[in-house]
Amino acid sequence: MDARLTTEQAGLRDAAARLAADLGPGSVHDLADDGRVARLEKAVAATGWRTMRSDGATGVEAALVAEEFARRLVDVPFLGPVLADDLDRAAVPADDLRRGVTDGATGWTIAVDDMAVDARGIERVLILDGNRLLAGRTVPAPAGAGRTGATRAGADLTRHDAEVAGPLEPAGELSGEQAGRWRALALVLTTADLLGAARGAHALACGYARVRRQYGQAIGSYQAVAHPLAEGLALIEGSVSVLRHAAWAVDALPPAEALGAARIAKVYCARAARDICETAIQVHGGIGNTWECLAHVYLRRALASAELFGVSLEEVGRGLP
Amino acid sequence: MDYRDSPAEAAFRDRLRGWLRSWLTAQAGTFPAAGDEYWARQGEWHRALYAAGFFGLSWPREYGGRELPPVYDVILDEELALAGAPPRPSLGYLVQGLGRHGSEELRRRFLPGMIDGTERWCQGFSEPGAGSDLASLTTTATRDGDDYVVHGHKVWTSYSDVADWCLLLARTDTQVPRHKGLSSFVISMRQPGIEQRPLRMMNGVTTEFGQVRFDGARVPAAQLVGLPGEGWALAMTVVGHEREPAELGYSARYGKLVRDLAARVQGPPPAELTWAVVQAEMLRLHVRRRLSERLDGVAHGPEGSLDKLLMTWTEQAAGHAALAVAGTGDPDLLSAYLYSRAQSVMGGTAQIQKNIIAARILGLGQTEGKAS
Repeated sequence: MDARLTTEQAGLRDAAARLAADLGPGSVHDLADDGRVARLEKAVAATGWRTMRSDGATGVEAALVAEEFARRLVDVPFLGPVLADDLDRAAVPADDLRRGVTDGATGWTIAVDDMAVDARGIERVLILDGNRLLAGRTVPAPAGAGRTGATRAGADLTRHDAEVAGPLEPAGELSGEQAGRWRALALVLTTADLLGAARGAHALACGYARVRRQYGQAIGSYQAVAHPLAEGLALIEGSVSVLRHAAWAVDALPPAEALGAARIAKVYCARAARDICETAIQVHGGIGNTWECLAHVYLRRALASAELFGVSLEEVGRGLP
Repeated sequence: MDYRDSPAEAAFRDRLRGWLRSWLTAQAGTFPAAGDEYWARQGEWHRALYAAGFFGLSWPREYGGRELPPVYDVILDEELALAGAPPRPSLGYLVQGLGRHGSEELRRRFLPGMIDGTERWCQGFSEPGAGSDLASLTTTATRDGDDYVVHGHKVWTSYSDVADWCLLLARTDTQVPRHKGLSSFVISMRQPGIEQRPLRMMNGVTTEFGQVRFDGARVPAAQLVGLPGEGWALAMTVVGHEREPAELGYSARYGKLVRDLAARVQGPPPAELTWAVVQAEMLRLHVRRRLSERLDGVAHGPEGSLDKLLMTWTEQAAGHAALAVAGTGDPDLLSAYLYSRAQSVMGGTAQIQKNIIAARILGLGQTEGKAS
């Protein structure tokens, strides 16, 4: 029994954290900086992490990158392409339609309920329908907008959905076991995103509480402010523990157990993340309720990740023995 | 990373399971796992567990432990809960306190009896006037020849009425800043000058909440732990360890409780129960992660306060689940619910844990109270 990250895993986490810190948006204003987005896109593409699953990466490793990217609000696709790559890796037969998933040149993501997720700049989508794989395209962007698919404004300001254009073509099949594992991975990656967003929001709020002064003292020195932030850190530690097991389970446990572990992790981390993001807004006071404060960007990302492959408490309850 | 048992761990788990089965059978299938009945027979349970080789797993061999990696404690706690056996006697914080701050002579004299269960212990820290603000305690120990003489009033001294020894915190110097005037002692509870007045807990348990008056009880100077004035350091070690679910061995019980509750439910479970199941699973995995990290020699400081908060929330969620499933009609479950309210007070209140997290981990400035 050993729940520790390996040295290689810790190294991967640190590398993802560095990249995200260098090129992720440092402010709401940065979200509109196309030059930065282009540099970030180039850097993420160069890592090859979007196809890490077909390169043999474990669920733990994919989750570590997803968490670090969310912590710094990385606003180019990761989660969607990784899930597309994982579908491609598992499906038979190898299919021309899916060729290119691994070349990274034009990019693939996944679609859920006919909506391509995490689709910024991505034209092609894979859909898992039962155990069948379908391939499609995103609705093309208006002429002159380059290769970027037409994205739909959603709650999340850092990742964009796109509508899927028909027709969908059959693109292979997964075994029941593979489909189960893929669903567990989808839950785990969205859960890692939730944890990352929670950690980012929490760090933002702690930083503000250390410098914002009222009544002559930093507001973090008041228990009314400090205690919710302390609770947030405990929730983050609990989230790390429950997520890590679920991420490990994706590859190590039978699919039904992996899914069970992932559902529990997702329910826990989704509740924790919303709580932590709301606290971050409260700690910022009036500023926290403005568009310019990053707190709502974290909250929006957390809400989107909770909703994508959402798990309700009732669903977990139905699985009780 | 692998959450599964290694072959050695699996073999240990098997042996433990086999022993538990036969031991419980020998006890006519059941042994009290909580309440006054359990405490009346706790010594018997402790000695049986030790004699079978299943107690003191991660402690040094020279004092009677087995020097296994800390994850073996997880296996023990899980299997005890699964079998419906009583929890592992919670002594880790005393072993750590005496082990880290006591002389070799004191360790050799007292740790083996503490670990094998032949001598029973209590902890004399809190006082009626010194709760969260522990350093304000007023019990005194005054040098008199080769002894110290103790006067004062201790409270929440769990199981003091059955204890042979007490790890006592007392003031030995009133002329220095208050944290520096404290010393710790190993004092015999079997002597004149000690009056026991246990408090009845709100769930009706009569023996757990000890209350002790020391009026001229004596302790040899040789049983001072460390040097005079070093009591605060020992106290911090003890309460730090007291705050970790791994030390308390409680966490696996929540899993058992919520599974038992789930078995009583027909149809969709109430949301409180499902949420308690989620929390109990989180805590199980959290304990595993924390104990794994100790393989790297990570010594926990203020992080214990995070563990304590998670444990508190889990126990109190399980308490609410018990109410949601059974109402107030089941005396045992009502008692479990009422007892869960103590979790956010014992071993340092939830508010004190948050102060520690905010000040020492998050660096949010002075929130721990100025008087020091």
